[in-house]
Amino acid sequence: MNLSGLENERLLAALRGVLAAKNLVSAAEIAERIAITDQASPAQGAAMVARAWTDAGFRARLLACGTRAAEEFGIMMRGAPPLGVLENVPGLHHLVVCTLCSCYPRAVLGYPPFWYKSVAYRARAVRDPRGVLAEWGTTLPEGTRIRVVDSTADYRWMVLPLRPAGTEGWDEAALAALVREGDMVGVTLPRLP
Amino acid sequence: MSEFAPGTRVRVRLDWPELRGPVHIRTPHYVRGREGTVLRPLGRFANPEDLAFARPAAVLPLYHVRFEQRALWPEVVAADEVVVEIFGPWLEAA
Repeated sequence: MNLSGLENERLLAALRGVLAAKNLVSAAEIAERIAITDQASPAQGAAMVARAWTDAGFRARLLACGTRAAEEFGIMMRGAPPLGVLENVPGLHHLVVCTLCSCYPRAVLGYPPFWYKSVAYRARAVRDPRGVLAEWGTTLPEGTRIRVVDSTADYRWMVLPLRPAGTEGWDEAALAALVREGDMVGVTLPRLP
Repeated sequence: MSEFAPGTRVRVRLDWPELRGPVHIRTPHYVRGREGTVLRPLGRFANPEDLAFARPAAVLPLYHVRFEQRALWPEVVAADEVVVEIFGPWLEAA
């Protein structure tokens, strides 16, 4: 099969045409979904993390139901899979992977980074998480257990990292600027610049 | 179908539907036949094994199940764990 760009465009146009003809998905709905997906970025997840670090009520709501907390934050979650938030605590660190494909909390983190979709990451995260973290230069405190979360079904997972020491008194915007996408997958930890 | 409370020891069915024909399975191979502990129910979702083929799909309970790393991989010595989303019909009481 020819999968050149031109052929992809023709296939996509044909699929859109059939979906619209059968009243399954309209062109407007597809455009809306593309806009939502393009708008999503790790900055949204980082802002939620910073809010959780500074607002105990929001933290509790975020952990209870990520979807509702994200909506409260103004993030469009309609049609998105339910969002679960994994709370790192002293002694327990979460690492998210999707061994079967590349399930990712796109609504709050945007498109998955290339390494998240790689066969190597997907195979090794569940079998050698400590080796993976070492290659990222991530050192966990002694005695920390790793809980790898394999995103195999209907939920999408993001990690709520521990607030780094030395950020006492920082405002939400400064805290959000510390949080990178890897921190919310669990391969890295937020650190001061 | 039985429902599983948090803390219940369960075994993932040792089954390979892949050998019987085209399938869409969300239960990873590395937990099949292995024992774990139900962390919590995650709600009920339409069975992806049917959705993938546009068949009528039963709504099934989904669980977060925790496995000891050491129970899954022979070389692991760390006391780490893997948590996997697994649909009820794949689980049996251990």
